[in-house]
Amino acid sequence: MDKMPKWADVILTPLISLVLAMGISALVILAIGESPWVALTTMVEGALGSSYGWGFTLYYATNFIFTGLAVAVAYHASLFNIGGEGQAAMGGLGVALVLLNIPLPHWALALPVAMVGAALFGAAWAFIPAILQAKRGSHIVITTIMFNFIAAALLNYVLVNKLRPVGSMDPASARFPESTNLPALTDLFASIGIEWGRNTPANITFFLALAACLLVWVLIWRTRLGFEIRALGKSEPGAVYAGINPVRITVIAMLISGGLAGLMAINNVMGESERLVLNAVEGAGFIGIAVALMGRNHPLGILLAALLFGFLYQGGGELALWTTIPRELIVVIQALVILLTGALDNMVRVPLERLFLSRRRTGGAKG
Amino acid sequence: MATAGKSVGGRSDTAAPAAIELRGISKAFGPVQANRNIDLRVPKGTIHGIIGENGAGKSTLMSILYGFYKPDAGEILVDGRPITIADSQTAIRAGIGMVFQHFKLVRNFTVLENVILGAEDGAMLRPSLSKARGVLKQLAAEYQLNVDPDATIDSLSVGHQQRVEILKALYRQADILILDEPTGVLTPAEADHLFRILEGLRDEGKTIILITHKLREIMEITDSVSVMRRGEMVASVRTAETSPEELAELMVGRKVLLNVDKQPARPQAPVLEMRNLSMVDDEGVERLRGVNLDIRAGEILGLAGVSGNGQTQLLEILGGYPPKNAKVGGEVRMNGQPLPLSGSRCNAGQRRRDGIGHIPEDRQVEGLIMDFAAWENVAFGWQDAPEFNKGWLMDNAAIRSDAAEKMERFDVRPRDPNLAARNFSGGNQQKIVVAREIERNPDLLLIGQPTRGVDIGAIEFIHKRIVELRDAGKAILLVSVELDEILSLSDRVAVMFDGRIMGERLPDQTTTGELGLLMAGVTDMSAPATAGIPPEDQHPEERA
Repeated sequence: MDKMPKWADVILTPLISLVLAMGISALVILAIGESPWVALTTMVEGALGSSYGWGFTLYYATNFIFTGLAVAVAYHASLFNIGGEGQAAMGGLGVALVLLNIPLPHWALALPVAMVGAALFGAAWAFIPAILQAKRGSHIVITTIMFNFIAAALLNYVLVNKLRPVGSMDPASARFPESTNLPALTDLFASIGIEWGRNTPANITFFLALAACLLVWVLIWRTRLGFEIRALGKSEPGAVYAGINPVRITVIAMLISGGLAGLMAINNVMGESERLVLNAVEGAGFIGIAVALMGRNHPLGILLAALLFGFLYQGGGELALWTTIPRELIVVIQALVILLTGALDNMVRVPLERLFLSRRRTGGAKG
Repeated sequence: MATAGKSVGGRSDTAAPAAIELRGISKAFGPVQANRNIDLRVPKGTIHGIIGENGAGKSTLMSILYGFYKPDAGEILVDGRPITIADSQTAIRAGIGMVFQHFKLVRNFTVLENVILGAEDGAMLRPSLSKARGVLKQLAAEYQLNVDPDATIDSLSVGHQQRVEILKALYRQADILILDEPTGVLTPAEADHLFRILEGLRDEGKTIILITHKLREIMEITDSVSVMRRGEMVASVRTAETSPEELAELMVGRKVLLNVDKQPARPQAPVLEMRNLSMVDDEGVERLRGVNLDIRAGEILGLAGVSGNGQTQLLEILGGYPPKNAKVGGEVRMNGQPLPLSGSRCNAGQRRRDGIGHIPEDRQVEGLIMDFAAWENVAFGWQDAPEFNKGWLMDNAAIRSDAAEKMERFDVRPRDPNLAARNFSGGNQQKIVVAREIERNPDLLLIGQPTRGVDIGAIEFIHKRIVELRDAGKAILLVSVELDEILSLSDRVAVMFDGRIMGERLPDQTTTGELGLLMAGVTDMSAPATAGIPPEDQHPEERA
């Protein structure tokens, strides 16, 4: 109706925001006396220029897909789950407990079992904030934040006191059995005779992440549960009128959200480090919020945004490695992207909408 | 003025100076032309009505007068001088006061504090307060605007709250008072009192602009009236020279049946029986007090009452979702079977399976998900229905084709199932809800405010469908604050006040006056004292 076309809404707006963020970043880089062009080429070259770079970019993107989907599912129920960090950490604990305690002869067998562990632990960590929100009205933003800290402390305790092998000085679990190690993408490519991304962490979890995108899309837009989640998210009185139980849907949405965040551990814990280390999540839970925001809580958008943030992560690392641009600047660039695509979204959207409207009006007058 | 075939009001008394005059006002929101070349001239010291359907552009026009919107074109003259109204402060300085439909009062402040809010004389409150106290006393004496200056807004009845809004405007020395749908929340007696106040103000030389969609009010109180349709001012006439039928036709652009055309009802066995139904909400307030009502198959039971007297709670309980933490007592039977009033079996989905349809009071908050497409809203509430589901997934194709059919049958415009509900007009939104609930052929249909914010053309259509459902032998409970609607549609009228049923009447054997007294809680008709005094003044604080 009185809106701009969908492609402009979904693609053009974030793209313009992105260009703006890059522009401002360029100014910042200029201001510290470095060349923005060198910075850009270093990032692109480092993240996308070789199969090695891609191997890292895809690995990071996989993490962000899971945490981004986690935020999105909760968001559709109008719940702002910012506990992805803690839920992913607990997912790691689930993976470690499963793999260290259940003898599993092959990775194909270990994968589904570890997934159950990861999802269950992540979901359990989301359950308490969910039930507190649904029954007592304790705000989920506050409780999930607090649960991030509790998860960090709990993991610290478990790693130092329970899972640390005797004699080790490192607050990390023992290595998982060799048989449970997931094939890296390198191995996959090698099996068809292509040399790709040696020594990179990207592994078959990436395909799981793609499947998760599809499943979340089906869940949200094709199932009754998704219908009820979205209805509750838009109007609680409406949901009650429609016979939807807000407590039940709130809890289910948060369980799914926490489960998805927990599943990230398949990538970083089972797929990459192959043991549980301290602070394994490395902020991916928070990046997931930005990814979901930028991806407009749609799985396809989240996939694209996760790839972008994977690129920023990997490219940023390369920047610190090969140029004199300090590592902190990467955080500035990431922050600008988040700020412009997320928080300042309307800054681009509103003028753009006006532009489309005025074009339509003059076009209509001619026609 | 181009489209107006009518004589232009006020022209005959151009001698009287205009308090306010609009010339060629236009305003567009995107592609929507909300106001198109509006001319309006309101002579000083008159009451001028502006009438039109929802979406005709009345509110936009008034918002322009009060500085909320800037017109794209045209000029505004106050007392003959052109002015630019940039914001509400300018409007106030120009002597324009506004009484909004939804009061803008601070609920836990006193009347006095609300009156001076934003019009304080200095940093310290005391001088302003004592000055306001004096002014209020004087205004009260002059215009029957009695309100206790030290009462908090929370403790006042709706009618009194509205007086505070008027006092606020007068305290700011408004000469032109704009009232937006002022009687929507009032009993007929409260409305009468308001009209007496307005007449008093007019006689003191104030100018009053009354925006309403109620023809009766226009006929009763205004000196002249302007009709808006689709953003244009289609006519301005002297009230004495027109009729409700003519105004309705002008509003809609075609002839309208003001009364519902229906055969006498043939009621059969009761479908729903309420016995001693009571409800105490989570704050300990008794919302329903021993309600006994039967609704029979083949009849429409109208439930009249000022909003906030328990009707909403009654609908929610019958609809399967009593308010959170409410204690519900008594018994309700549906076709002889007891309906659960609490616990997990008491939910809206179960009620639907029991054969109860529900058109809720607030379609924008309950009845529809405004961001959902029309086709999704057709499944809303019925998402469990087997024909909408295919295994694990919802059968979106089936829902879409069902939606297209219903939109066709109920003439929903535009007929685009993919359009989000919020992009339909109020009347078409309501048609989507009505189609969804009626087409399920429920044994009992609960209806709350079926035509609130709905244009006259759609009202006619919706009323017809409700009567058809009745004639098909279904039971219907109609809750409405529009007494005219209750009287024309119902076969039996029950009146609710303060959670009680005050009495039942047959619509052809009662009058608005009698129902109005019942709505205000007065049952003793013989007591002569009640006749002249507005009932709300006898029970001012009870309804808080």
